[in-house]
Amino acid sequence: MPGITREEVAHLAKLARLELSSAELDHFAGQLDDIIGAVAAVSDVADADVPPTSHPLPLTNVMRQDEVRPSLTPEQALSGAPAQEQQRFKVPQILGEE
Amino acid sequence: MTVTYEDALATYEPVMGLEVHVELGTKTKMFCGCSTALGADPNTQTCPTCLGMPGALPVVNAVGVESAIKIGLALNCEIAEWCRFARKNYFYPDMPKNFQTSQYDEPIAFNGYLDVQLEDGEIFRVEIERAHMEEDTGKSLHVGGATGRIHGASHSLLDYNRAGIPLIEIVTKPITGAGERAPEIARAYVAELRELIRALEVSEARMEQGQMRCDVNLSLMLPGAEKFGTRSETKNVNSLRSVERAVRSEISRHAEVLNGGGTIIQETRHFHEDTGSTTSGRVKEEAEDYRYFPEPDLVPVAPARAWVEELRAVLPELPRVRRNRLREEWGVGEHDMQSILNAGAVDLIVATIGEGASSAAARKWWMGELARRSNEDGVELAELKITPAQVARVAALVDEGSLNDKLARQVIEGVLAGEGGPDEVVAARGLAIVKDEGALGAAVDEAIAANGAIADKVRGGKVQAVGALVGAVMKATRGQADAGRARELILEKLGVEG
Repeated sequence: MPGITREEVAHLAKLARLELSSAELDHFAGQLDDIIGAVAAVSDVADADVPPTSHPLPLTNVMRQDEVRPSLTPEQALSGAPAQEQQRFKVPQILGEE
Repeated sequence: MTVTYEDALATYEPVMGLEVHVELGTKTKMFCGCSTALGADPNTQTCPTCLGMPGALPVVNAVGVESAIKIGLALNCEIAEWCRFARKNYFYPDMPKNFQTSQYDEPIAFNGYLDVQLEDGEIFRVEIERAHMEEDTGKSLHVGGATGRIHGASHSLLDYNRAGIPLIEIVTKPITGAGERAPEIARAYVAELRELIRALEVSEARMEQGQMRCDVNLSLMLPGAEKFGTRSETKNVNSLRSVERAVRSEISRHAEVLNGGGTIIQETRHFHEDTGSTTSGRVKEEAEDYRYFPEPDLVPVAPARAWVEELRAVLPELPRVRRNRLREEWGVGEHDMQSILNAGAVDLIVATIGEGASSAAARKWWMGELARRSNEDGVELAELKITPAQVARVAALVDEGSLNDKLARQVIEGVLAGEGGPDEVVAARGLAIVKDEGALGAAVDEAIAANGAIADKVRGGKVQAVGALVGAVMKATRGQADAGRARELILEKLGVEG
């Protein structure tokens, strides 16, 4: 079994910019462990002759021609933005960067 | 204590790694049909795909893949038989998806090299690790702090027009053995790569417009050491001169830290044009953890071998080879060719010759009068408002004797000022050389009459004194006489053999 540790959950939470309490770390470590364990069952049925795959379809080279298609209007593009200014998406102060 | 560059190199060997991002010149973005045109109003070139909306399905741009293969081939790389895109996960508001679609352990091109020619003609081989496909980020505008800096800003504004524009990232293997020539090699590599990208016609690669950006990794090691030293990563060095200066300044800085018993911190650094030095950016406390995984929304790219060979067959002549060929054809030295190259005049001269000018005339006008004007006006030669065809026409008018150099310069001035083509300027300004033998003869008679003493000297055998009479004729005709013909006429009238 994979054995997801508290430390791994804390690391993931940091990467995902999530603040988790000590109790939540334990809680999610257990849950994630269960989920990964369930998914790992796949390797019990897959033999060595079944390679891991990232796509369910046996397709390659699906490409588009380099032709311009209409874009959204800026109003449409910004319609879901919580805040906007100067026709741009407005986001809070960016920290941890110079 | 400040360590000089020379001292640093007496002790250490520099190791460089250069990462160059090239924005492709495709009409549309890498994974959607939004336009890539520059200068559009904010957020007018976005769609659900490049905004990272749930459920939007990216589809790769065929020209983007083709360009990547061309670049790979020109860099002598192997082209992957099969490769995938990967998600590079990180949180930053310039990526609306919270990941950048890139390639991870399966780049489309890998294991190549680029031979670069240094100023003294020496060839240095730079090994290429990989070239992979990815996408550009949006543009941030930081508000409320000091002039556009993140530091102190109260909030930031995002324009996603650039998000999703195709990028090719070209990564070198560690460049060792460069020694004191490291800065020169770095510059020559980026310059050669820029020429190559332009020759392939996959991007204009204008560094000043961010179409080509360079990150400089640098570390120092003691001679004979088995492990490279800790490296710093100087981001977004965006001119050839800056690449050279950034390498130089990092070599000195590293040596200073190491000599003082300190350790180099692995960090990103920012290069400052004004001081030519770098300052600390983000410290990488831990290895970056981007949680790469194969992009499930894009199917693998498996370029058919026939396609790859087709592209290989039509690769243009390499810039270095072309330059050497032109240098021989034009009969110019290494140094002059370098000047022509630095001035960005190679293609203009080639085009002017193509319009019928001699190579000497084409070089003379572009590297003389026009180079002077481009310096004065602070614009690139190619941006001057004169075409190679017009320059060739000016040269032809000089050849056929309709213009002398002085008049030709006035014609060029007129063309640049928007007065029309060379012939129109000649007509409008009345600049043609006076060919009317009658008018010229009259001017000659006047000059002889007004300068009797000099005329006598010439008659007496001092032929070189004729210059003063020619000068008088030129003055009388406001420079529009054919000086050679005037001289002939004067000598004829004075009965002296030229």
